[in-house]
Parts: sequence; C-alpha cells; structure tokens
Amino acid sequence: MAEVAKVDFTKVKPYGDTMNDGMVQLSFTLPVPDGDEAMEAARQLVKKMGLEEPSVVHHADLGCQYSYFVVYAKCTHTVDYSKIEVPKVDVETMSKEEVEEYIAENIKRKVVIVGACTGTDAHTVGIDAIMNMKGYNHHFGLERYEGMEAINMGSQVPNEELVAKAIEVNADAILVSQVVTQKDVHIPNLTQLVELLEAEGLRDKIVLVCGGPRLSHELAKELGYDAGFGPGSYAEDVASFVVTEMVNRNLI
Amino acid sequence: MKSKLNLDPNIIDSARNAAANIAEDVQTFIDVHTTTATERTVARLLGIDGIDEIERPLPNVVIDNIKEGGGLGRGASFWIGNAMVQTGDDPQTIAEKISRGEIDITRLPITDEEKIKEVIYPVAEKTVAKIKANREKREEYIRTLGEGQQPYIYVIVATGNIYEDILQAQAAAKQGADIIAVIRTTGQSLLDYVPYGATTEGFGGTYATQENFRLMRRALDEVGEEVGRYIRLCNYCSGLCMPEIAAMGAIERLDVMLNDALYGILFRDINMQRTLVDQFFSRVINGYAGIMINTGEDNYLTTDDAVEAAHTVLASQFINEQFALKAGLPEEQMGLGHAFEMDPYLENGFLYELAQAQMAREIFPNAPLKYMPPTKYMTGNIFKGHVQDAMFNMVSIMTHQGLQLLGMLTEAIHTPHLHDRFLAIENAEYVFNNCRNLGDEIEFKEDGIIQKRAQQVLKDAEELLKQIDREDLFSTIERGKFGGVKRPRDGGKGLDGVCKKDTGYFNPFIELMLGGER
Repeated sequence: MAEVAKVDFTKVKPYGDTMNDGMVQLSFTLPVPDGDEAMEAARQLVKKMGLEEPSVVHHADLGCQYSYFVVYAKCTHTVDYSKIEVPKVDVETMSKEEVEEYIAENIKRKVVIVGACTGTDAHTVGIDAIMNMKGYNHHFGLERYEGMEAINMGSQVPNEELVAKAIEVNADAILVSQVVTQKDVHIPNLTQLVELLEAEGLRDKIVLVCGGPRLSHELAKELGYDAGFGPGSYAEDVASFVVTEMVNRNLI
Repeated sequence: MKSKLNLDPNIIDSARNAAANIAEDVQTFIDVHTTTATERTVARLLGIDGIDEIERPLPNVVIDNIKEGGGLGRGASFWIGNAMVQTGDDPQTIAEKISRGEIDITRLPITDEEKIKEVIYPVAEKTVAKIKANREKREEYIRTLGEGQQPYIYVIVATGNIYEDILQAQAAAKQGADIIAVIRTTGQSLLDYVPYGATTEGFGGTYATQENFRLMRRALDEVGEEVGRYIRLCNYCSGLCMPEIAAMGAIERLDVMLNDALYGILFRDINMQRTLVDQFFSRVINGYAGIMINTGEDNYLTTDDAVEAAHTVLASQFINEQFALKAGLPEEQMGLGHAFEMDPYLENGFLYELAQAQMAREIFPNAPLKYMPPTKYMTGNIFKGHVQDAMFNMVSIMTHQGLQLLGMLTEAIHTPHLHDRFLAIENAEYVFNNCRNLGDEIEFKEDGIIQKRAQQVLKDAEELLKQIDREDLFSTIERGKFGGVKRPRDGGKGLDGVCKKDTGYFNPFIELMLGGER
C-alpha cells in the first residue's frame, strides 16, 4: 500500500479526498434562465476563475429567469504556505481574573471602555457578546470586570455620538462592532471614525478596536485601528489587548 | 384540544387575568391621551397626502400647525372639520392652504360641534368603506386564488430599491413564499414623519412609503395570479409613525404588520407613553383592515438568554393579546411572536424549544403564531446554519405555528442573497411536507422533560404577570423586566408628541372601526 502523499508546504492547493486534487465547491446564481446554456455559462465562468474540469452537480430555476448552481472543480493554483505571515493581535490572552489583576497592578484605576454598533448597523449581538454582563458562550462580558467601566451604547450609533461619549467619560478605549452591513458600508463608516478621532486630537490617546465577522486584524490595521477581532473572540481577548496596549503606550 | 403538556388551565386563566388587568390599567391612560402621530393618522384617513415644497409630508404640516396653535388636545378631526365648514374646502385643499401659509387652522372662527361632525363623518365613512372594501378584496382573492398552508412561508426582501425588491419578491413567491416582508431602511422607526413616493435608496432595507406599498401590492397580486396563491405583503408598523403606517397599510391592502406594544420602547428607545397610545390606534386600524399583526417577543431572546428569559416571552404574549383585544383585534389576527434562539450546544435544547412552541400553541389556540428563526447563534458556518434552520422548521411543523419567518443559512454574514432565500424555502418546504402531521401523531411523556419545562415557564410567566399587575406596566419597564432593557417613563424619543385630550376631543375612526359593521 502506497504511503499518503506528503504535503509540500511551498505549493499548497485544496484537498478533496486525494493530495493535490485541488477540489473546490462553489455555489452562485447567474441572471440567466435555467437550462443547458445556463449550465454551460456556469462551466465557462468557473474555468475563468482558474479552476479546471468544472462539473455542475446541481442547478435550479430561481423563478425570475435566474438560475442557481452548485459546481465542483479543480484548482490549478498553489500558494507558498511556508512564506505566509499574517499580522495578529500580538497579545497573550489573559483570563478575566488575570485582566483584573493586571489592571490593579499596572493601571491602578478604572479602565473606561465605550462600545457601540455604529452607523446603520442594528445588530448588537457582537458588541453585546463582548460588553454585556452575561457575555457569550460562558465568557462574561466587560461589564462584569472588576476595574472596568464598560458603556455599551447599543446599535445604530452615529460616529459623532460615539466620539462625544468617549470625550464625556474620558474613555481609554473605544470598541466598534460591525456585524451586518450592506454593500460594504462598514468600511467608510470605520474610516470616518478614525478621521473624527484624529480631528479631535484623540486618536493617540485612545485604544481603538473594531470587531465583526467580516473584519480581520489586518484589515483593522489598514483602516487605522489598533486591533481587529473576528468571530470566535471573547471579552477576555479584547480586554487583554486593551489593558496591555494601554500599558505599552503609556496611556495610564 | 387536549393539552399535550398537561398545562394547568387555572394557571393560564390566572396569567391571562393578570395581563387583562395590566392592559386595563394602561388603557385608562391611553383613553385620555393622544399624540402627534395619532392625529397625523386621522389627517391621512381624512384624505390628506402629499408633500410641500420642502418635502414635508402634509399630514405633518397640518398637525404641526394645530400643535403650534395649542389645539392638539381637541384632535385633528375637530380642526379639519371646522376648517371644512368655514372654507367649504376638502381636507386636502385645506392642508395645501396651510402649507402655503394661507390658513392658520386654529385661528379660524369656531363653529358648533354638530356642524363639524356633519362634515367630518361622511369623509371618514368614505375611507372606512374603502378599507372595508380592501378587506373584502383580500377575502375574495383567498377564496378564488387560494393561499399557502400554514405555517405560511415568510421571507424578507431588503435591497433598498423598491423595484429590485419587487424582482426578488416575485422570485420568492414563485419559489414558494406566502408572505413577503419589505424590511424598512435603517432608522426609519425614529423618523417622526413618513417619507413620500417611490424610493430606490435605503440602508439595510427600503423606506416604507405609501407609494412603495402600492407598487409592491400590485406586483404581488400579479405574481399571485400567476402562481395561483394569494401572496401576503408585510411591513413594519412600529416606531414614531406607528399608526400612520397602519393607515397606509390599510389603504394599500397590506396583510401583515409587525406591531408590538412594547418593542419600540425597549429596542428603539421610544417613549413608553407615546408608544402605548400609538399602538392602540394602530391596532384598531389593523384590526378593522383584517391585517394580521406580528408581535416582537423574539427580540427579548436576542438581548436576553432564551432559556432563562423564556417566561418573559410568554408574559409579553399575554400582554400583547390583551392590548390587541382592547383594540378590537380578533385572535385570528394575532401573530404573537416567539423564537428559536437557544444555544445549539445546549443538551436537549431542541426539547425546550419544542416545549416553548407547543406551550404557545396551546395557550393561544386561535392565534397564527409568528415563529422567528435562529439568529443569535448563527455563525459563518453556513452548512451548520442550514441544519439549525431545519431544526427550527421541524419544531414549527410539529407544533402548528402560523407564520414561519425563514432562517437564512447566511444569517450573521450578509442580507440574503437571491439563492439564500431559495435554499431556505426549499428547506422549509421539505421539512413541512415530510413531517406534516408528525405533531398530531405524538404525545409527550407525562412529567417528562418537555412537559415539566413548559409547566415551569408558564408558572414563571404567571408570577411575573401578577407582579406587574401589583405594580404597573410603566414601572416594570423602568426596572428592565423585558429583554433586560430599562427605560424611564419620561425618557426616550417622541414624548413631546404626547398630549392630554381636551373635552370635546373626537376621533371618528375609533368609533367607526370599533363599533361599525366589521
């Protein structure tokens, strides 16, 4: 029996059930009526994506002269995994108790954090999970942290109001959540907040953090934030970053 | 119907009585107050529509003029009727004259009340007749075209552009949807006016305007004829313009309206006095128009824990039921809300969801319950999300829910793509058809997990309702009993639009819709 092929980390491609078979699954809609021509269109389109041997395994009429496809195909490209470097939030996550201890020892006063789900976004699940007493998935939220004053402003908060609140309570950190936004409005919205803080001369005095399912640390950095937290982050991840950053930047 | 949950009818009665007392208590407050939104609604129902040169809706222009003249407490009917007598003009012409500054409505000479009623009632009766005709037209459509089986498949469109919404709505109807909700643009609930005309730009949704209602209604009638099924149209009768939206919906034959007595207070920070007064008139209109309301208890579970706060959902359903009855809204139009929002990793969570849904079914046997999908514990894992939605569909068909707002596998990622909706409908149709009578075939084990859970939630809800009855609804909300959200009696938006009624106040529509032939 042949051995399982070894992974070449300099040339990685998708794995279906055999090393380097390149198998990828896609699903999408084309604005054309369902039928043989539509399936051919789907196949041709997939080929243009750099995928080979496209196979339309499912297609359906969506009822408005549009059709839906599920397609499998083989990826021809590879990436060099061995050379990849991704910027990450470079802080060891502490537990809630460790954060509280860290504040008591190193900051020696209340850490004030203002959070909001800003712009048009009405979905507070993210900011609630991080800030509210109850937290999420058995990870308590910042409101419950000893040595922290956490103010959750809720949803659809204009950037101007958020900044005004931060000034009013003399906030050490601002948390912005963007969960469901349409047509990528979260990008200009996040950028505008940075601009407002800069205009107020506050940007350097504050730890600025954003989070949401479509935000990465890298994107956050690009937009001018100190950190970005994606799905699966808990209050202690955010808290650890904020308090360490405050100490590192001497914002005590 | 024999209770599968062995619920104690005495506890149900006790909870319902407490809710009735709570509603009665608030109703005495409602009866002596009116609001700017309520009076704008009267203006709309008297035929005032359109905008002035700076795009201010004429109902706002008229009511602002009345309010500035200190006359809000007498009601719009009095002032408009008086102006009709004095000028000989119809309400629309009067509104246009006010907008041009040609009339100051509270400065006209005052005629006697008899004469005012003589001119106002025929106008009011005409509108009420039109709304009744809409109700009959819906009934006729359902008789001739037919309708989908319950649970109705309910999906949302939210492009921001009414014309693109129409395309997606028609596609959804062809895929099997029974109800199309056009989600409103973000922030509309906080506007103290209703925008005018067809709109093509919005964030996270589309403006609710009368013209948009009309366009979508026409499109759904069209596609309904094509698919041989009446397609219901839903919008959001909430926020600062709650009763105005109800009036617009009644005139344009909407079928379903989100309409909760407490939602705006808790989740949009609208003043509680304002919302409670506004919800009354909006429900009178919805009730008369044959519009099914949907209440928003599902929202408590996104801010609070679905297991721990389950009894607050039931308590709120009882309260919403009593407010609806006060407004003449029959049980058959009460889409009381709840949701499938428990943590999917909870052991036996499905059993608790089943208990909750079956409990609501048994306690409100004639209400078309509105069941909301998982949102809080939806992740980017669309494959798992699709299974969560299937479990949700399973509970619904087993417990005979009325309206099923379909879960989307891409919830928590983006507003639904065209095929997300398609996959959701396919999922629901599969489960509903495959398990159609499963619920009728099974009974729950006596004193088992499901029975005990339902009995406990009912008991906790009864306790909460009795406690609210001992205090009152206003202070209960002030202390954060619902959704864990605290709101002060004099806080929030829209309080300046609340006003005590003067003697001689009258609103012909309350009388015609509550007392008239239904």
